[in-house]
Amino acid sequence: MNKINYIESYCSIKNNVVSLNGEPVFSEESPEFSEFIKQASKQLNTNYPKFFKMDNLSKLAFLAADILLKNADLPPTKEHNIALIFSNRASSLETDRKHQNTISDPDNYYPSPSLFVYTLPNICLGEISIKHKLLSENSFFIFDRFNADHLLLNSSYLLNNNKAEKALCGWVDLDGNDYNAFLYLVGENGAINHNTEEITRLYNSL
Amino acid sequence: MSNLKQELKENIIELLNLEEFSVEDINDNDALFGEGLGLDSIDALELMVMLDKDYGIKLTDPNEGREIFQSIAVLADYIEKNRSK
Repeated sequence: MNKINYIESYCSIKNNVVSLNGEPVFSEESPEFSEFIKQASKQLNTNYPKFFKMDNLSKLAFLAADILLKNADLPPTKEHNIALIFSNRASSLETDRKHQNTISDPDNYYPSPSLFVYTLPNICLGEISIKHKLLSENSFFIFDRFNADHLLLNSSYLLNNNKAEKALCGWVDLDGNDYNAFLYLVGENGAINHNTEEITRLYNSL
Repeated sequence: MSNLKQELKENIIELLNLEEFSVEDINDNDALFGEGLGLDSIDALELMVMLDKDYGIKLTDPNEGREIFQSIAVLADYIEKNRSK
């Protein structure tokens, strides 16, 4: 028998604004994503030195996830079975390009290890899992556009088959200064029905 | 030598994105790994690339890196003796 799942909370980061459950929690007019996310992480008390070592995609995903998971008030000492189901369009393209620049000149061939480790989009899932002690299912999908059906199908399967207690799902896309994150937490306690229409409505409303 | 130590501190902070540190926070004999600056294995690889790129020093033995990256003072001394750039 399928469980009844709800969207417990949701977070978005786009257009220089960070929102939690539809309410702005940080905003700053900054043309550069790197400066915007740096100030947002400081104001929102990320308190994680390794944040500054991440690539921009991981910073975007990490901050949105951190806001939601801290808001969920999970016991800090316990491992959490929260599945991660993320998606985007640009994969890790920005970091891929930076890495390519370090290896394109045979006379100046110095590939950067710290760049190279981020040349996959799912690395951001590892960063979130390390910080929040998640030993759970995770996957990262590449789509042309936001795909609520796919996120619903995957998260429902995991929750209904007791593969996860909660699922953190959404879209984290970044290419240069174009960025858009929309993550939502699904579980048994919440006020918003977990279905395609509601997921799409929240994504479009932010 | 003191110029080299200053240069290394500035480069390491920028290269390794040590957002919470300034040059003044790093003493010449502070441990770079573990309890000191808290660097990790990827940082060690990045430092090896820096040695090659900026000072013409190629490290091939990982154990050698462990010795050299003890502190800014040890690293600066090694660079002074082995640099080709």
